[in-house]
This record gives sequence, structure tokens and C-alpha cells, in this order.
Amino acid sequence: MSETKTLTFAVMDPPYETARSTTLLRLLDIAVRRGHNVNVFAYEGAVYLPFALQKPHPNPAHGRNAIEEGHLLPKDLIAAMMAAAENAGTKFDWVNCGMCVDERGADQAIAGVRRGSPADLLKMAQESDNTLVIGTR
Amino acid sequence: MKILNIIEAAYRGTIEEQDDTILWLTNIMQSGGGDFTVLLRGNAINHCVTAQDCSGLSFGDWQQMQPPRLADDTAALIAKGVEVCYVVEDAAERGLQPGDMVPGLKAVSRNAIAGLCDAHDQVWHW
Repeated sequence: MSETKTLTFAVMDPPYETARSTTLLRLLDIAVRRGHNVNVFAYEGAVYLPFALQKPHPNPAHGRNAIEEGHLLPKDLIAAMMAAAENAGTKFDWVNCGMCVDERGADQAIAGVRRGSPADLLKMAQESDNTLVIGTR
Repeated sequence: MKILNIIEAAYRGTIEEQDDTILWLTNIMQSGGGDFTVLLRGNAINHCVTAQDCSGLSFGDWQQMQPPRLADDTAALIAKGVEVCYVVEDAAERGLQPGDMVPGLKAVSRNAIAGLCDAHDQVWHW
């Protein structure tokens, strides 16, 4: 395995709106699979990515119920990556911007998600090998 | 660690947020000990235009009392010691002259952006 790095990601997009949030999740998964430590700072609408009240729904256009559809919920992907990192002995730290959470009422996040502030992003970046911003366009 | 914040997305939620969230973020992190430079490019250059005024917004009986004041927020960053740059060609394409913008900005040509990036430890493109 290559040398373990610590990578920070700052992301702004909410789920189910653009491919950027999917790209973020795919990058996180690759980083975890390769044994790197991962920090995420979710800013603005991205605080809804680990929102605990996300629910699967059936898809009548596909003729499938919710279980058959296997509806993708970002919170489940994040939980799975947290578990994978824990099993691998690496770090996966997800911080939701607290003010962004408050103004959206998005205060019910899955276990393992921390409430934080821009100070956390700065600290994460300072302790990382590099930082990738995935901003809103 | 020196961080270059490149702001390109303009007026992203500024009415609801009452500011530009990346100017805000930079302000908070600079106060927290960060060492930031800001580069405004594309439409985001308009953030530092002094003549803009979006006050007076109302919905029914509700009035927005504190509109975003992006030029003031830009000036506040400069006052805090953040070097705020803008891309000269992007400004010219939009008909903006230095006198249209807050004082203290640093003009940067497009062909100098790579060097600006190279002078920083991390580059965050918003």
C-alpha cells in the first residue's frame, strides 16, 4: 500500500442536486479504500448529506418498491465509509458546519458526524497533506 | 500555511446568507489564525463593486433589514490583512475599472495566476 496521507475535503452541494456530491462520495470511498485518513467539512447544503432522516422511497417508473429499488441514501454511504475506515484503522472525520445546520434545521445527523465551525476546516487543512474544495457552481 | 481562496461563484445565496459565504468563511478563518489570500475571478469580481445596492427587499410585510454588503465585506477583509486580488482581464470584460471597486485590491493578470497559486501551500477554488 502507498504511504498513508491525510486528505481534507470541503464540500457545499446538497444531496440529489448535482453530480458533485456523488463525485465527493466516490473520492472519499477511493481514499478510504487506499488507506488514507479522511476529513470532510460539510458547508452550506452539504450538511444534508449525512442527514439521519433520509428515507428510501419506491420508484413507480421502475415498477419497484423501496426495498427492490435499493434507493441510494447518502447517509448510508457515509456510514459505510465510516465503518470501512474504522475497520482499516484509519480516520474518517466528518464535520458539519454548525451555523449551516441551524439555518436549515438539519440537526439530526447520523452517528459519527460532528458539529463544528470554520475553525475545524482550518485545523483539518493545516494537518492535511492537501485539501480539495468542491464548491457550488 | 498560506491558503489561496479563489472565488468564482458569484452571488451564491447572498440574499439568504446576507453575505458571500466564502468571503465570510475567509474572514472567520483569518481571525482564527489562518493566512489567506483571496482571488476574485469571473463574475465574482462584482463582489467588490462599491455601487451595488440590494437593500429594500420585502416579502409581504416582511422586510430585509440587513442586506448583503459584499463590497464592505471585501474591504473588511483587506482591513484585516488579507490580500484580495482580482483578475484584470475578467474585470475589463465586464466593463469594470479600478475606480468602480473598493480600494486596496491587487490587480492580477491571467498569466500571473499560476504563479500566485505556486506561492501558496494550498489552493481552494470555490
